[in-house]
Amino acid sequence: MEYGIFQLVIMSIFINNFVLQRFLGLCPYMGVSKQLDSALGMGMAVTFVMTIASLVTWVLYTFFLAPTYQNIFYVIFNTPIENIPDLTFLRTIVFILVIASLVQFVEMFIQKISPTLYRALGIYLPLITTNCAILGVAVLNIDLFFKDGLPSENSFINTLVQAISAGAGFTLVLLLMAGIREKLELANVPKPFRGLPIAFIIAGLMSIAFLGFSGMNVE
Amino acid sequence: MTLVAEFIKGIYKENPVFRLALGLCPVLAVSTSISNAIGMGAATTFVLLSSNTIISLLILFFSKILSEEGQKSINKIRIPMFIVVIASFVTIVEMVMSAYFPALSESLGIFIPLIVVNCIILGRAEGFASKNSLVFSVMDALGMGIGFTLALIAIAAFRELLGSGQLLGVNLFGGDYKPVLLMILPPGAFLVIGLYLGILHWLDARKK
Repeated sequence: MEYGIFQLVIMSIFINNFVLQRFLGLCPYMGVSKQLDSALGMGMAVTFVMTIASLVTWVLYTFFLAPTYQNIFYVIFNTPIENIPDLTFLRTIVFILVIASLVQFVEMFIQKISPTLYRALGIYLPLITTNCAILGVAVLNIDLFFKDGLPSENSFINTLVQAISAGAGFTLVLLLMAGIREKLELANVPKPFRGLPIAFIIAGLMSIAFLGFSGMNVE
Repeated sequence: MTLVAEFIKGIYKENPVFRLALGLCPVLAVSTSISNAIGMGAATTFVLLSSNTIISLLILFFSKILSEEGQKSINKIRIPMFIVVIASFVTIVEMVMSAYFPALSESLGIFIPLIVVNCIILGRAEGFASKNSLVFSVMDALGMGIGFTLALIAIAAFRELLGSGQLLGVNLFGGDYKPVLLMILPPGAFLVIGLYLGILHWLDARKK
């Protein structure tokens, strides 16, 4: 199925929200949503890494793993397509290694370039490696925008758009949750439900609200 | 601690889902039916067991052949090493599942590759298998894996019963039952796990 850019943005922010509908990135959603400013920092860090990780994994998948006409062996050495090894099964290992080293690299890079930004995002970056939203968006891009290992039309642009808007959707619900939880500190919650249980129930109610978006027709 | 205690603790006292709140993403996502829950639980237990075994053996191996200096440098790169081991086993699971259980593989979707980033597995590798002997690591992995599977089944049973009036695909309430569709939609997962956690806290408070 072909998606327009606007459709993709609406779908990944609202209809298939990464946290509330796809259940990706729940650990930071529950862990870092106690204050608004730390939620904003985490959201920005996730969006940033998500975008870079999506681009890098797209490049790796198209040029190295999938046996296509873009494969590096075909382009440089002119190996016939049927002789290029199909390495798509290495997807999981390659992606997680790339993401782990990318996070390290981004951390060092930001520290060097902008100490202010590093102070804002620094503590969240190491947490991001095991954030399933990052690997999730990388795998999802392959599932959605590749057909039998071949990149479909506009798959690069679609990947970029989906990564940025998935990050935006993540930041949005993280901020909403942080706003609610700041107020919740003052509320009289039954004792056994304080902390994590009530956070889950709030997330459930938010998810019901987001379910309303699925009636939207974006065709 | 004895071997049995190591095994038992994962099931209730240190249950990875309800007590440690680890690996919540797959728990919420695949608990729509008991068969999905069992599939996911088995896959995670397999990866946990194999990676704990291999990591425990690797650490033992390095401590035998390497000098103190070499062990220190191995220690620095242990996390990437663990991730590679875990990712290899996840790839095995992915391939086996798509070959022999295509329907299950279809309904678990991207959550099979995402076992790599399940915090339980890296957490047990880093926190337990790299510090304990082989037998203890195996017992710990089995206990944690079974605890994870049981937690998944508990949540899935609740959701499947209310959400489609079935257990394991067997219709329980007859044709007149109007299923609570909300329960098998995403919000149901959040509500059910919130309720379970609240009930557990309440039970703990009563015990004291």
